[in-house]
Parts: sequence; C-alpha cells; structure tokens
Amino acid sequence: MKSTLLVGALLTAITTTGAFAQAIKLADVAELSGGGATVGTNWKNGIDLAIEEINAKGGVLGRKLEVTHADSQSNPGVARAQVQKALDAEPYVLLGPGYSGSVKVTAPLAAEAGITQIMGGEAAELTQAGNKFLFRTSFGQQSSMPKVAKYIHDDMKAKSVAVVWVNNDFGRGGRDVVIKELERLGSKVVADLSTEAGQADFAADVGKIKAANPDAVFVYLNEEESARILKELKRQGVTAPLMGETTLIGQKVIELAGDAANGARGHVGLTTDAPVDLIKGFRDRFSKKYNYVPDHNGLKGYLAVYMVKATTEKMGKVDSKAFADTLHGLTIKAADEPGILMDVTFDANGDIDRQSFLVEVVEGKQVVKQVLPKMK
Amino acid sequence: MSNLFDLLVAGLATGAIYALVAVGFTLLWQTSQTINFAQGEFVMLPAFLMLAAMHAGAPFWLAIILGILLSMILLGLAFKMLLVDPMMRHGVLPLAIATMALAIGIKEAVKQFFSAEASPFPSIVPTGDISILGHAVSLQSIGVLVVAILAVFGLTTLLNRTSLGHQMQAAAQNPTVARIIGVPVERMILLTFLINAFLVALASLLITPIYLAKFSSGEVLGQAAFIAAIVGGFNQVRGAIAGGLLIGVLDNLAAAYISTQYRAAVPMIFLIAVILLRPQGLLGRAEERTV
Repeated sequence: MKSTLLVGALLTAITTTGAFAQAIKLADVAELSGGGATVGTNWKNGIDLAIEEINAKGGVLGRKLEVTHADSQSNPGVARAQVQKALDAEPYVLLGPGYSGSVKVTAPLAAEAGITQIMGGEAAELTQAGNKFLFRTSFGQQSSMPKVAKYIHDDMKAKSVAVVWVNNDFGRGGRDVVIKELERLGSKVVADLSTEAGQADFAADVGKIKAANPDAVFVYLNEEESARILKELKRQGVTAPLMGETTLIGQKVIELAGDAANGARGHVGLTTDAPVDLIKGFRDRFSKKYNYVPDHNGLKGYLAVYMVKATTEKMGKVDSKAFADTLHGLTIKAADEPGILMDVTFDANGDIDRQSFLVEVVEGKQVVKQVLPKMK
Repeated sequence: MSNLFDLLVAGLATGAIYALVAVGFTLLWQTSQTINFAQGEFVMLPAFLMLAAMHAGAPFWLAIILGILLSMILLGLAFKMLLVDPMMRHGVLPLAIATMALAIGIKEAVKQFFSAEASPFPSIVPTGDISILGHAVSLQSIGVLVVAILAVFGLTTLLNRTSLGHQMQAAAQNPTVARIIGVPVERMILLTFLINAFLVALASLLITPIYLAKFSSGEVLGQAAFIAAIVGGFNQVRGAIAGGLLIGVLDNLAAAYISTQYRAAVPMIFLIAVILLRPQGLLGRAEERTV
C-alpha cells in the first residue's frame, strides 16, 4: 500500500513537471515597491489578468502561459540584477520594467541574450539606440510630446508655459522634446523647473510657477508627485490651466489628489475611459478581479501579454529568436485579436502607432475630450 | 515679494510640523537618553492607524481619536516597555541602533500589511484661502501652523507652569535627587514617552494630507526633525521648536532661490556649520560630562 502511494506520488510529480515544461515561460520585472509601486502593481495585475484569460481559453498554440514576477523596487540597479536573474532562467519573452531608467539599464542585457523585451518605459531615447529586441506598449515621448505641445499652443492658446519635470530619464526625455516643440511653435517657456523623484514638498516649486505667471503649466512627474503638486497648486491658488501626460491624470493621481485633480488635462495613449468597447470590457474584468479601476499601466501589462500571443500565433511556433523579427512591422488588428484592444502597428524601432486621446479630469473622473487618430 | 511671503508661510507650516517631531525627539533624550531614530516612522504610522480605523467603518473624527490613542499605546507605552527599558541597560548606542531596526521594522510592516503605494488622507483643515495683508494664504497652511503652535504652547505651559511639568523637569535634570524628594521618576519618564507619541500622532495628522500616507514618508520627516533638534539644541524644547521652524523655512527658500536639486543639501550644510561653530545648538546649553 505504501509503495503504491509512493509510485502514485512520483507519477503525479513527473506528470506535473511535464505539464510545466510545456508551458511558455514569461519573466516580468516591475516596480512592485518604491516610488513606482503604482506603475508596477497595475502592470503586474494586467499581465496576470491576460494570462488567466488566455490560459482559460486553452493557451497559446495549445500551451499554457506562465509568468514569474520580480520586484525592481523602482531602482535601476535592482532592476538590472533582477533582469539578469530572470534572463538566466531563459524566458520566452521578458516583460517590463515600467520605469524608463530601469529599461535603459536592462535593455542591453536582454538584447545580448537575444530575448525580446516588452516594456512600459516612455522615454524617447529608449528605442533610438538601435536595440532590435526592445518593444513599447505605449507611445514614446517623441510621438506624444509633439501632440502635447501642439495642444498647448493651438487649443490652450498659451503664449507662455511653465514646464515642471522630474529629474530622471523619463522626465528629462519628455522635457527636452516638449520644450523644443513649444519653442518651435512659438510658445515661450517662462519657467523650467526640475524636481526630484519622491519629493514630498512642492511649495517652493509652485511658488516659482506662481511668480512666473504662465498661461499654462505643463506637469511631467511620476504619479505620486503629480498628486502632491496638484494639491500644492490648488493650495497656492494657481489658476493657469494644467496640461500633462498620462501620469498627471491617471486614476491613482485622481484618487490621491482628490478635488485638486479637477480641470487637469492630459494626452493619453491608453486610458480605461476610452470610448472603445474592448477597453470598457477590459476595465470591467480588471475591476471585478482586483476591486479597483486600473490606470494605463494595467492596460500596458495586459497588452504586453497579448502582443506575445498575437506574435507567437503569427509565427505558428514558439521561437524566442524569431520573435522580435516577426513583431517588427507587424500590424495587429483588434478584430483578429480582441485582447490587443485597438489596432496597433509596430515599426522597425519597436515604437508603436495607435490612436490616442485627450482627457480632462471632470469631477474626479477622466473624460475623453478628443480622439486623436492613428498617424499612419 | 509676494513670492517670498508665500514661501515663508509654507516654510513655517512645514517647519511647525518638523518642530512637533523635534520636540518629541528632545523630550525623549532629556528624560531617558533615548535617541529615537524611528521618530520619522513614528510620524508615518499613526496616519495608517487612522486609515485602518476608517476602513473598518469609523468616521474621521473617531479614527483620529482611535489613531492617537493607539499611537500612545504602541509608540509610547509599548515602545518604552518592550524596547527602551530592556535596551537601556546596555547603553545609549545599542538603544539608538535598536531604534534604527525598529524604523525598518515599522516601514516594512506597513508595506506588507497595507500597501507599498501611497494613499490619500483627509485633511482636518478645509481647502481655501484667506487674505492676510493683501496676500492669499491657504487655510491649510494656517491650520497646520495654528494647531502646531497650540500644541507647543500647551506643552511648554505643562512643563513650566504645572507641578507635573516641574516634576518632569526634575526627573530629567537629576533623577537621583528627584527620587529623593519624592518625584515618581519612572512615571515621569513614561509620561514623556506618551507625550512624544501624542505629538507624532498630531504631526502625522497634519502632514499626511500634504505628503500622502506612504510607508516611506517617515524617512524625510525623521531626518528633518533630527537636523532641527541638533540645530536648535538637543537639550532644549525651545531649541527644537526654533530648529524646526528654521529648517522648514530654509528648505523652502533654498529650493526657490538656490536650486531645487540642492535643496536637501542646504539644511545639511547648515547642520555641519552649527556643529562646527556652536555644537550645543543655537539655543542649547553646553553639557559637561564627568567620569
């Protein structure tokens, strides 16, 4: 009896291991703690939701997806170590990180290993270094900032602009492109303020904005700092219209800043409030599973997994070496792969082309004011 | 000029909160030679206790009371009995190191049980402006300043004008003689721990709506309060108050007129200057040690 049990247990162990060997292994390195915890947690939850859905429908080419999550602690140094560890396990595709600084230091590792990296970073320079294995899930700054500058100049009719940015790769990248574009269009930058990541007190920065008296303020900080500066702008009674990117008007920012977020506007590549049925469906499923409304990072994580699915099915095989080549130039239509939510095209650099939205926070909710079409 | 006025008000409001935290710092040092490196985390924790009470369904006012009471039990009573008393007999340094460990423990526990993400925290002062000398000043800044000043005023009155305060001072200045003349020294020391816990809970209530409730928010506060206490004079309550206000204003002026990138360096440079030129602090008394 004892030996029968032992054989049974061994058999179970062997078959289970067999099933795992067949699974397609993905590795995720994200900002699960530290300043980027909002980014990383949403990204991770988006990934988990997509994998759960895909596996429930039989997986990719009949094989289940499996993911390991590692915490970069929002620190590029830790991210690098975690990515190296993840690559040592030879994943099919690497997902993350979300912070541009962390992507910058980890991308060479993935490229060297020949593993495709699908990430959340938005700094312009990331896809301009000739890395053939790096793909975005959202717009890079070189695609979004010209749209932002055009809106500030044409629609807000701002002749003078204060630019507040966070002193890291993400912030500096956005600041450089937007200032160049604003000046090209003829809007004058009257204050150019750098702030620190994790900064708690924005009284002095807002004081400077107030003194510069601009027609509009462009705010380009991470989520928590965005919430703090919105509160301080309200506290000091700054009335100039506020424009930003996804990070200024995200769900978490609205939750943290409360009333102070009202009236802020932002260009958004991805939003769960988009007037798109597939995105509404995603939002419902996500909220049901996690009990909160995701921000764009939840969408990015979700899309990253469906990019893996669509590309693999396009190849008809699980081949990590051919993955990047297949994804370059690929157009994935939402009609064919509903999980991709909107039609998307990847160019030779790994940048994306997709429709985007202009959003305003009205009474604590993101309201889409304009839909900006796909560029090509 | 209006910019300078705004900066001064904002700086004083932040500085008043630093002062509350720094006063607690000096109180613990004076009565029990405890250098509490977890003081920043002591400010972070009450906000989460209040949030937890609100999540459990308590209205905000009740959550504040519960938060303050729980803080006094955990950060006053339990801190003294479970950490300070057993470590004290090993000397000042092991105790200081133990408080550093406590700081890490509190931070990680909040991260684990609550979340690594920031949470919003309601303000006890309504948003809006009032006009002072023709300048629009936010009610929040004024509210923070008023509450902090009242707390400090109440504390100094207690220390200087009541028999209880005199007993506490006696216990701090010379425990042996105090004991001989019948002052319950142990109880007085416990009282300072409870007062410190009350002050940090109050600081938490005032600062968290601005800084947001986050496990790591104590780091900045603890450091600022430590610098404030040393700059003002580690052995003087009035020194800690002056130090707190000074660091708050200095930080804001440095960010505005020197550079945002170097704002954190300016209080540090000031600290080094004070240590070099006036080691007892601006309002502190020089202490002599004999062996």
